[in-house]
Parts: sequence; C-alpha cells; structure tokens
Amino acid sequence: MSRKKTEQEYRKTFAFHFFRWLNGEKDPYLGEVEMKPQEPYKETEEEVKARIREKNMISRRLYGVAKSKEMKGLERFYKAASIIFCCILIYLLLFTVSYLPPVGTADRPVNNEVPQRYIENGLQETGAVNIVSGMILDYRAFDTLGESHVLFVATVTVLILLRLDKKKKNDGEISIEEAEANDRIYEPKNDAILQMAAFVLVPIIIIFGIYVILNGHLGPGGGFSGGAIIGAGLILYLNAFGFQKTERFFTEKTYKWISFGSLSFYCIAKSYSFFTGANHLHNIIPKGTPGAILSSGLILPLNIAVGLVVACTMYAFYAMFRKGGF
Amino acid sequence: MGANLFVNYGEAVAAVLFGIGFGNLLLQKNLIKKIIGLNIMDSAVYLFLAEKGYIIGRTAPIVTGGVQSVEAYINPIPSGLVLTGIVVSVSVSALMLSLTIRLYRRYHTLDLDQISLMIKKEEET
Repeated sequence: MSRKKTEQEYRKTFAFHFFRWLNGEKDPYLGEVEMKPQEPYKETEEEVKARIREKNMISRRLYGVAKSKEMKGLERFYKAASIIFCCILIYLLLFTVSYLPPVGTADRPVNNEVPQRYIENGLQETGAVNIVSGMILDYRAFDTLGESHVLFVATVTVLILLRLDKKKKNDGEISIEEAEANDRIYEPKNDAILQMAAFVLVPIIIIFGIYVILNGHLGPGGGFSGGAIIGAGLILYLNAFGFQKTERFFTEKTYKWISFGSLSFYCIAKSYSFFTGANHLHNIIPKGTPGAILSSGLILPLNIAVGLVVACTMYAFYAMFRKGGF
Repeated sequence: MGANLFVNYGEAVAAVLFGIGFGNLLLQKNLIKKIIGLNIMDSAVYLFLAEKGYIIGRTAPIVTGGVQSVEAYINPIPSGLVLTGIVVSVSVSALMLSLTIRLYRRYHTLDLDQISLMIKKEEET
C-alpha cells in the first residue's frame, strides 16, 4: 500500500474533515449546533375572530378619544409646535456659536491658567506622563470616584428592575419571566464559527484591555477605556460559550466583591493622599521616575481599580439584559 | 449672526445635532427612539466639548521629549469632562432601557401614548 497512513488514522486528521466539508458530505451545523425549532403558530377560526374582536375593542377604547377631531387637531398642533421649537432652539444655538471665539486659537477664554498649571507642573506633581490621566486621577480624583459610583449604582438599579424571581405561580399559567426564559431556550448554542473566533479573539482582546489599563499613565488609555475593552471580551466569551461556562468564574458574588474591593480601595487610598496633601504631611507613596511602568504614585493602582469596576459593570449590564441575572 | 459661524463649523454641527436629538425626544412616540434621541444629544455635547479644547497645530496632552510648555499641547480639561460625560450617559442609557423593559412587560407596547392611556384607564377602574 502506497499510503503512509491507515484508514483509521486518516479519519482523525484535519484534511479528512476538511475535504468532507468541501465535498458537501457533512454539514458542520447538523448535530453540532443545538437548535430547537419553535412550534409553528396555529390558530383556529374562532381564535382569529376573537383576536380581531379584541383588537377592534381595544382600538375603539384606546383611540376613541384620539379619533375625535379635537384630538387630531391637538396632535397636529403638538407636532408643528415641537418642530418650530426645535428650529428656534437650533437657531439660537447657532446664533451663539457664531459669536464664540474661533476654534483652534490659543487665546480663547477656556485656555486660562488652569490647563497651564496642569501642563507645566503636572509631570512633577503627579508623575504621570499622560496629563489627562494625571488630571482625572490625581487633581480631580474625587470626580472619578463619583463616576465609578455612578456606574455601580446604575448596575444595582438595573439589577433591581430586571431581576427575575424563581417563584412559581400556583394556577399553572406561566408568568412573563418564565415565558422569557423559555424564549431563550430557542437561541442557537454551540455555534462552531463563533466559538472558533472567540477562541482566538477573546485572549487577545483581554490582553489588549490589560495593556490599555496598565499604560493609562504613560499614553492614551486608562481605566475606563481598558475596562470597556475587557468587558467586550467577556461578552464575546459569554456569547460563544454560554452562561454555564462563564458562571464558573463570574457570578453575582464575584461582581459584588470586585466592585466593593475596588471602590473601597479607591476611596481609602485617595482619602489618604488628599489628607496628607491638605495637611502638608509626608506622603509615603513614591512618585517613581516618569515614564516607567511602576511610577506616578497612586495613578496605576487607581486605574486598575477603575478598570475592574468598568469591566464588571459592562458584563453585568449585558448579562442582566439577556438573562435577568448573572 | 456673528462672523464666526463657518469658522466654528464643528460647534455648529454640535448645535444642529443637539436640536435633532431634542426633536427626536419631542416627536417620537416609541420609547426606544426617545432614548436614541437622548444619546444623540449626548454625542452633540461631547463634540462641542472636544471642539472647545482643540488648538490648531498642537498635540495630545501626553508629555513627549520632556517638553512642558503650554505652547505644545491642547487643553486637557475638556477631554476629562468628555470622559465623565460618556460614563454617565452609559449608566443613564442602561437605566432607561431597563425601565423600558419593565414598561413593556406590563403593557406590551412601547408607544408612550398607549401606555399613558392604559394607565389612565387603570386609575379610573
């Protein structure tokens, strides 16, 4: 036999599967992707009649007021008035813009002594090469703390609004939450193409996010953008592999502890820094040499804390809108 | 009209976008479209702030080569303010979308007029 491999060995190779796919002998979706067909929607004649009657009744009740002449006139007046109002608003804003100093010149009132101070002394006072980073995480750090708390409070509120309770109704009919959970069963799972793409892309995306966070004080980037990138990677992983895989490392408890730890670390570290700064005490946090990765005092750890909060928040938003929980 | 309308074309575009977003808020009945209108207004504000901080011929505020004079960099403050705005708008969008989902579950429609009529009917009975 001229073949180097036996039939059994050849069946295991990539080439065998590839040529089978090329010749159309095997559909990669059949038997791989779990897809449950929805039952076709059927209704009897009586149900159709009842549906039409109900629809007419609702529209008579709801639009009984709207069909009258006065309401129609009022609606038309409202539309015209709002268009006119918007045009006046745009005109006023354009009028103001036309009297503003020209864009791009240095002697505008925005370019006063505050940015001058940030640019001329920022490197010495904060140790950050990126002046924006030094500004938002050192001079205006309480502002950024507030932003992180806004994100956290938004997640908590969305969780309150969208949380699905596990309790069942007694009278046998399914609740809205259960109906939505049933709807999710029909989503395609184990998509080979998506899983392969996620297998390659997710590590790269997450590493890039970590790079952006760690370089926040040296170049463009920082906690917010890097956290958003990591969150996007986590969402891609979740889409490809499903909730069961992500629940192994990310649950509600993980979210709680990461957010709590990051926010309280931020709060304590920055409080210490502001306390020593305001009372002219000696600050034990070293500034380091500007340009090195371990430099600029508290900015790097604060960037990491903010990035963790943002990544968790992005993932939590997605998980809650998709499933109503983690 | 002043003389600088066409010089400040970026700010003019921001003003027009703001008006379009506000018109969306007033005219659309669909709640999702209203939220999109609010997001257009957000973007207009970011564009306006970015135009405010820009100075022709200067680079981004990242110290390169030890140059630390004001003449070399653009204004860093509007950049920081845009960052704040983006974060707040993300949170507000998520909050509004989740409220919309709750309304849809209760009333099975996204039309604000229908929802308010249903609420009025519920109050009467």
